[in-house]
Amino acid sequence: MTTELNPEDIEFQLLVEGIYCRYGYDFRNYAPASLKRRIRRFLHVEGLPTISALQDRILHDQDCIKRLLLSLTVNTTAMFRDPGFYIAFREQVVPILRTYPFIRIWHAGCSTGQEVYSMAILLQEAGIYHRCRIYGTDANEQVLQTARTGIYPYKQMQEYTRLYLKAGGQRSFSEYYTANHGSAIFHPSLREHIVFGQHNLVTDRSFNEFNVIICRNVLIYFNQTLQNQVHGLFYNSLCNFGILGLGKQETIRFTAYEGCYEALVSAEKLYRRCN
Amino acid sequence: MAFNLVAIGTSLGGLSALKIVLQNLPERFITPIAIAQHRHKESDNTLSSLLQQFTGLPIHEVEDKQKILPGHVYIAPADYHLLVEAGHFSLSTDEPVSYARPSIDVLLESAADVYGSQMIAILLTGANRDGVQGLAAVKARGGVTIVQEPQTAESPILPRAAISTVQVDSILPLPCIAPYLVHLCNPAGW
Repeated sequence: MTTELNPEDIEFQLLVEGIYCRYGYDFRNYAPASLKRRIRRFLHVEGLPTISALQDRILHDQDCIKRLLLSLTVNTTAMFRDPGFYIAFREQVVPILRTYPFIRIWHAGCSTGQEVYSMAILLQEAGIYHRCRIYGTDANEQVLQTARTGIYPYKQMQEYTRLYLKAGGQRSFSEYYTANHGSAIFHPSLREHIVFGQHNLVTDRSFNEFNVIICRNVLIYFNQTLQNQVHGLFYNSLCNFGILGLGKQETIRFTAYEGCYEALVSAEKLYRRCN
Repeated sequence: MAFNLVAIGTSLGGLSALKIVLQNLPERFITPIAIAQHRHKESDNTLSSLLQQFTGLPIHEVEDKQKILPGHVYIAPADYHLLVEAGHFSLSTDEPVSYARPSIDVLLESAADVYGSQMIAILLTGANRDGVQGLAAVKARGGVTIVQEPQTAESPILPRAAISTVQVDSILPLPCIAPYLVHLCNPAGW
């Protein structure tokens, strides 16, 4: 393998270091391949020839860093994304949650909130939502503003309805929202036990003890050092026998916390803290 | 020259093309292989179990941060981009590239960054241009570039686009690709 750094790798490291020194945003432990790709795309959008030219602009132009941060954020999400996860949650996790008088759930990296509302719907249908509190957090305040409104483009509802039904949905999906001028407004009753708030997994600490933590397709953007740090945060934030839910192609296996969990539904990446 | 990775990209018609490449590789083939095959976002792991029937090399649908090991074949999971880091893979859910996730460009460009001249990139049959830019990146970093001879491709659009854009090293009929890989990766014989 090539160990010697090419000029672009050096520029890349300097840029990430520069952003940290100047603004405090820490991308130093992000997975380099995807971060590089997004920075190259940003270069193209800004019409700049090299990462060094971008560094010059970033250090002196406050608007440029804002644009960069927006373009570095990945907000791929959908309601009932990976329906099999919700079926497994309904069948394997809900019976465990029924035994608790009060249930705290943390959706870390919830983006615009679609998966949080999906969980609220699932819990309502399971008849335990009134005993739950869901914390939806993200590092990006802008996406949280969308999450708080519970308003999504109406054109997505056909796809969401399909996923809802595949996820074992028990009602007519349209009962959960009101259509209005190209938007679907989700009923405020769904939000009754949801708290959306800003939390940065890279720099912030735990803020409660949870029965369930769900963090799907967020840690893939971190390198293994940072993944281990965040897994430490999750481990310390889960109660004994608490449930951890990861993305479909994520695993606890390549982390330092492998021995701290047992697989509850291994295909759907649902784990249970076992010590 | 020892190679650290063979990266293969394919789209329409890829399943039967991959079958032919894999079944003609010996079980002692040690260079790791990473494959980006365009597929539906909700497809399950039937692709890997299908392909597994044709090779003794173990096939994996990549999980995030999985190590790249000799003698293993890795497939980009449905609805994720597959990226190469130094010694392991990362996944991403960034927006599709040329309507595709997994995207061949993403795999090849990230692999070129890490392995430079120590990798081989192959484009097989396909109906769009995703992969051409990635092949150009591999070429620019000194890696070996191979394209399936368009006439032997179920869909020649991708091979043709690659040949007209990149000065590729070899254009080979499908059945010749595996033997040529063996020749490149182990010229001294087994």
